[in-house]
Amino acid sequence: MASLANPTRFSRLSAKALPILLTLAGVLIAAGLWLGLIASPADYQQGESVRIMYIHVPAAWLALFGYTALAACGLFALVWKHALADVLAKAIAPVGAAFAAITLVTGSLWGKPTWGTYWVWDARLTSVLILFFLYLGHIALTRAFEDEARGARAAGILAIVGVVNVPIIKWSVDWWSTLHQPASITRFAAPAIDPSMLRPLFVMAAGLFAYFFAVVIMRARAELAARKARALAIAVAGRADLDVPAAAGRPA
Amino acid sequence: MSGFLHLVRRELRLALRGRGESALAVAFFILGALLFAFGAGPEPQLLARIGAGAVWAMALLAAMLSLERQFGPDYEDGTLDQLLLTPLGAEVVVLAKALAHWVTTGLPLIVASPFVALLFGLNGDAMQALLAGLLLGTPVLTLIGTIGAALSVGARLGGVLLCLLVLPLLIPVLIFGVAAVQAAAGGSFDATVSEPLLVLAGFLLLALGLAPIAAGAALRQALE
Repeated sequence: MASLANPTRFSRLSAKALPILLTLAGVLIAAGLWLGLIASPADYQQGESVRIMYIHVPAAWLALFGYTALAACGLFALVWKHALADVLAKAIAPVGAAFAAITLVTGSLWGKPTWGTYWVWDARLTSVLILFFLYLGHIALTRAFEDEARGARAAGILAIVGVVNVPIIKWSVDWWSTLHQPASITRFAAPAIDPSMLRPLFVMAAGLFAYFFAVVIMRARAELAARKARALAIAVAGRADLDVPAAAGRPA
Repeated sequence: MSGFLHLVRRELRLALRGRGESALAVAFFILGALLFAFGAGPEPQLLARIGAGAVWAMALLAAMLSLERQFGPDYEDGTLDQLLLTPLGAEVVVLAKALAHWVTTGLPLIVASPFVALLFGLNGDAMQALLAGLLLGTPVLTLIGTIGAALSVGARLGGVLLCLLVLPLLIPVLIFGVAAVQAAAGGSFDATVSEPLLVLAGFLLLALGLAPIAAGAALRQALE
């Protein structure tokens, strides 16, 4: 962790990792889509609409993972003053928010044919909606101050305060009797899904995780480049101020 | 302890001499609830069903109104720096300000809520559950709102940002507060009513313990 704190080192390593991640993401997502949409069976109850699961579930996993990562970045920034934690948090937040939105929208579209309704106020849907708004709050807070560092610190605290929502989402289907399906994979017993559906799900999940890491790295590199550009602009402006007396004192 | 009380007295004195924010919050609360009542129409069953939700939603929004002024004026004129330099520590400062905010905003809302409940036709048991819920829930609103106020002090569009930060965290309080009233409206004051109230009490204890730490950290970050 500490060795990655050097922005130059991060830029070098990420430049090498990025093409690999993008290729991996492309291949795995293509494979996952083919497996999920074509090569896997339809559900005996839900029919073809079960195929939304191959996007909905990995997106949900990524939304939760993203917010936990935001909380970890906040912790690293506040406690250990890690140099890259703020940059990573700023990179992760919109991507995580997008995946939370995808989860809500695909879940809603899946709910209409299976539950008969686009929305229901059960524990998991409500807490994922709260997660989405926590993401929006994080994004707004990061950009709310003239001093960027202050915004990053405040957003870090917000992320730590809001991370209590993540276990609530995870266990909401166990604690309350809800319309949403209980845990079939991330539980202490064997998965309750048939392998013919589990394989496309894991392939899609791996592909989307690779995509997530690739996009976050791209955004982090862009943010580092923007910071460097700003610092250079300030340095140039400072030198321009100093050059004026020298120009005035030059002999005609 | 005397430092804490001194700070609370200061906040209360400032609030009393201020521009009548308590009255504004109560007026906003009543007017907003009236809007819900007018929107729903005169049918008594419908009003009784939405009454709990309308009262709780308006209580949340009314409590938000004066939160921006928790730290804003003190941050602008430098008093906040001095307060954090005292041996009290940021957490005690946060608790003192939260207590003063609850006394000037939460308590008036609780006092006004029976009248608003009457507008929606909530009967005796439901009104009791509403009052108990508000008694337990308004301090949580204040404490979590103070976290938001500490995070957004000095920000552009501070008030709107505050709402965006705080309202998602307060949705569970609203859910359980309304659950208690719905259960009481159905029958007597039994276990289905006390369960949500106990959850609200749990939230209160959690907020009392953790909100000062979070808000204190946020204040220290704001003044770095």
